[in-house]
Amino acid sequence: MRLHCETMDNEKSIAEKQEALAEDFLVFDDWMDRYQLLLDKAKAMAPLPEAERRDDMKVPGCQSQVWVEVKLVDGRMQIRAASDALITAGLIALLVEVYSGHTPGEIVAAPFTLAERIGLGSHLSPSRANGFANMVKRIRAEAARLVNR
Amino acid sequence: MNAAQTARTGFDVAAMRREFPILSREVYGKKLVYLDNAASAQKPRAVIDAMRQFLETDYANVHRGVHFLSSRATDHYEAAREAARRFLNAPAADNIILTHGGTEAFNLVASSFVSPMIAPGDEIVISEMEHHANIVPWHFLRERQGAVIRWARIGDDGVLDLDHLQSLIGPRTKLVAITHMSNVLGTITPARVIADMAHARGVPVLFDGCQAAVHARVDVQAIDADFYIFCGHKIYGPTGIGVLYAKPHFLSAMRPYQGGGEMIREVGFDAVSYGDAPHRFEAGTPPIMEAVGLAAAIRFLEGIDHAAVHAHEQALLAHATRQLRAANGVRIFGEAPGKGAIIAFDVKGVHPHDLATVIDREGVAIRAGHHCAHPLMKRLGVTATGRASFALYNTMEEVDVFVAALQRAREFFQ
Repeated sequence: MRLHCETMDNEKSIAEKQEALAEDFLVFDDWMDRYQLLLDKAKAMAPLPEAERRDDMKVPGCQSQVWVEVKLVDGRMQIRAASDALITAGLIALLVEVYSGHTPGEIVAAPFTLAERIGLGSHLSPSRANGFANMVKRIRAEAARLVNR
Repeated sequence: MNAAQTARTGFDVAAMRREFPILSREVYGKKLVYLDNAASAQKPRAVIDAMRQFLETDYANVHRGVHFLSSRATDHYEAAREAARRFLNAPAADNIILTHGGTEAFNLVASSFVSPMIAPGDEIVISEMEHHANIVPWHFLRERQGAVIRWARIGDDGVLDLDHLQSLIGPRTKLVAITHMSNVLGTITPARVIADMAHARGVPVLFDGCQAAVHARVDVQAIDADFYIFCGHKIYGPTGIGVLYAKPHFLSAMRPYQGGGEMIREVGFDAVSYGDAPHRFEAGTPPIMEAVGLAAAIRFLEGIDHAAVHAHEQALLAHATRQLRAANGVRIFGEAPGKGAIIAFDVKGVHPHDLATVIDREGVAIRAGHHCAHPLMKRLGVTATGRASFALYNTMEEVDVFVAALQRAREFFQ
């Protein structure tokens, strides 16, 4: 089932995915509803179990901890990630949904604009607070590295 | 709303709030409830006006020019040094170094005073509840010179273990550097007792007064501090300026910190000599307008009834503590008797980052994170906490808004 969904999703471009997700969020006027949707996304995300979280996967951040694992499988990036904070985990779930399964070239060409579109751009500000911004940077840097290899 | 409060504490918080323009703004269409004062306090009109007026009428570089404005600006700058002297009850204005912030002051002491004394194995005694600004400069000395950092324990209530502290001060101790008030736990430490303990072994003592300067009355002579540090922006003044007090015999023995203009006596092709303290430690153009703002903030604090403000802040703390204790699943970190108006807490099942994010949408600004105190977080067994910190302009109603928002957030995440 999961495989089927991913296959379907990957027929969409990164831009199309971000657009579709933005629409899902912008339906809600109430912030708590948007956060609820983020929490649902976090819960639905394929887990990165605690036992598999290594220190080298840890992304620096002040308030919440983030772990990320990026693998290249058949030329496509497979991303698994987790956070101890739910809202951060929800944002990560969006990032994984948008990028995972795409080629490094596609990822490099398509910036992650969704957080700003849905009014959560503050989570990407270069503050010490959030591991999420660093995670976006790390994934895009990894994609760029793979493209240049 | 504030009548009862005024009656109880003799402090008119509504009038005080009118002095702080930013407090009337809204965030996300909600009234701002600013409870992140330990990170940085908001600025009263007196500070804003003093800085603007200075820039509009008296600004120039200091200590250099013979012209009218330079001499006016120098007067302002030196008046700030004098204000800081008064604020700390230091013996002389020459004991006061104006820095670019609290952090720079710690680094200055580490580099100019402690570093030249350190041989491998020499020790610096700090506590488990220090801010990174009072940890990392000592780590530099550990990495570069083989210094050893000794950590005085705190109890589960956040009280500094004085017996343990005393046991750590030995023949190799070069400095005891302890917070005067914890930025997480609110614990106020018995500075005079600590100073006597260090001095009994011939060891100088430094206090981190960044939080204490705004919540307690500081008298560096009464506590016999050798070094005392605070910063402008936590006492309702501007960012970019800090104050280092040091006893004169230490200052005159300390090597320069940064090299540049202003701090020299003579510069030749193959020789240089340095100016006297405090100018020796103030290389380059100093934070001039920030000094003017600092002086205004100090005058502002001198103009208020300190006892009434203290009673008001303690009433806010007690009210918040009572309500958080009554709330389900809330754990408070730091219950030292007489603590200052800061509450660090944890809500069971809710990450502090999630909590802070959600209540932000209700206009409530709190801090979530490690509060630049990793070792303390490890000691407490957490990676992060929430923190509400109060200022003289906060109200009981704001405490209620905060607690109600916290309750709703708890229900949302559970």
